[in-house]
Formats: sequence, C-alpha cells, structure tokens
Amino acid sequence: MRSIINEMKLRLPAISVNEGVARSAISAFVAELDPTVEELGDIRLAVSEAVTNAIVHAYRDLPRGEVGNVYISVRLYDTREVSVEISDNGCGIENVEEAMRPAFTTGEGTERSGMGFLVMESFTDTLSVKSKLGRGTTVLMRKYLKSLPEGEE
Amino acid sequence: MRLAEIKETESALLVKLLCEIDHHTAKSIREEVDKRLEDVKPRELILDFSGVPFMDSSGLGLIIGRAGKAEAQGAFVTVEGLSESQRKLIRMSGIERLGTVIIK
Repeated sequence: MRSIINEMKLRLPAISVNEGVARSAISAFVAELDPTVEELGDIRLAVSEAVTNAIVHAYRDLPRGEVGNVYISVRLYDTREVSVEISDNGCGIENVEEAMRPAFTTGEGTERSGMGFLVMESFTDTLSVKSKLGRGTTVLMRKYLKSLPEGEE
Repeated sequence: MRLAEIKETESALLVKLLCEIDHHTAKSIREEVDKRLEDVKPRELILDFSGVPFMDSSGLGLIIGRAGKAEAQGAFVTVEGLSESQRKLIRMSGIERLGTVIIK
C-alpha cells in the first residue's frame, strides 16, 4: 500500500502569467523527492501544457472581465509517485479523443502547435482526461520517479 | 524582464531568446520578432535558444509561425542552441520535415 507523504492544492486565476507561477510552485513542491533534472523538467513541461490549455480554452465563453480559475492538486507518495491533477470549471471539451489528436487546436490566433496533449502523454507515465460540456475538464497525470541511489533516502 | 536580444548581421536577423518560453511570453516575443522581420527583411532568421531555460509547445508554435512569416518574405529560419529536452520536443513536432526550418 502506498501512502501520501505530502499534498498541495493551488487555485490560480486563469490568466497567462500563472503558467510560470504553476511551474515554479510545482518545482518547489516536488523538490522534496529529489527528482533528477530531467524528471523535474518533464513534470514542469506537462504541467505547463495542462495549465495553458485551461487558460487558453476553458473560459473563452465567459463575459469580458470575468476570470475563471485553474485548480492544481499535487500529491507525493512514499513510492516516489507524483500525481498532478489540473482542473477547471470551464466550457468542457466536446470530443476528448479528437482534442487529444496532435495538431488539433481550436485556439484561434494564439499560434499554438496543437501538441499539448501529446506532450503531456510523452513526458509523464500516465495521462487521463475527463471532461463534461459546460462543467469543465480534469487532467490527471502521474510520474514515477526513479529510486534514489542507496544511502540517499 | 528582457525576453530577447535582436541583432542584425550582414545577411541575417539574429534573435537570442532570453526567457522561459510559454504561451504567456511567446506572444510578446512573436510581436517583437515579427516587427523586426518586416522592417529588416533578412535572408535568414536565426533563433538562438541557448538562453532559454524552459520551453513548452508554445515554443514550437513560435518556430512554426516564424517559419511561415519568413517563407512569405523569401527567407529561411535556422534554430540553434537547443538543449536535449528542447530537441526532443522538436523531434516530436515534425518541424524538421517542414523543409523551411534548419535545426542546428
């Protein structure tokens, strides 16, 4: 049985400056498990993609001046698993399978590559996406960190 | 925060990127580079990533978008100074197969 050794919950307004804030917060939090530079880079990248998706897509139907929230929940387990859940209460995704296809993007004029989900999938160990139209989207990612060399636990 | 340093050489416009590249910073970088690209009309646009500590797929969008703009002006794009993880992202995107971007 694995058990949780630490947990962090963050709520950030869905504005683009918080993409970097989310990355910094998660880096600081995961540091406790002493990840390799590569592992930390992978987590930062996957988080950046998921948070950006929420900021760019989730709340585009909101009236001008209203700002939605992005919720980030991170758990560290004694098995060296890092689980990251990123959710929003936005418009939802009509067809998740289609949205996850590379180069599929509904963001106009933002010049994004449409590769967000592919990047999340490639740089983490598991990815699941749940979405309900008009209710929001939740992305759950897990990363299993390599064990530390003997004597460094 | 300084996002990029842009220099003109004899034949190229050299853009040394100096920040984390995400959807937030890419917007300003894009505007700054496109303006210079139009003013200078170089034969080559060099994007130097050696000063970029982090980039996500917005960086790919930035490269692909500039390649389109440059091509329309008869110029080509060279990307240099990539880290190993940035290379991995670029390989995934298939940018190299576009034919308009040289990855060094």
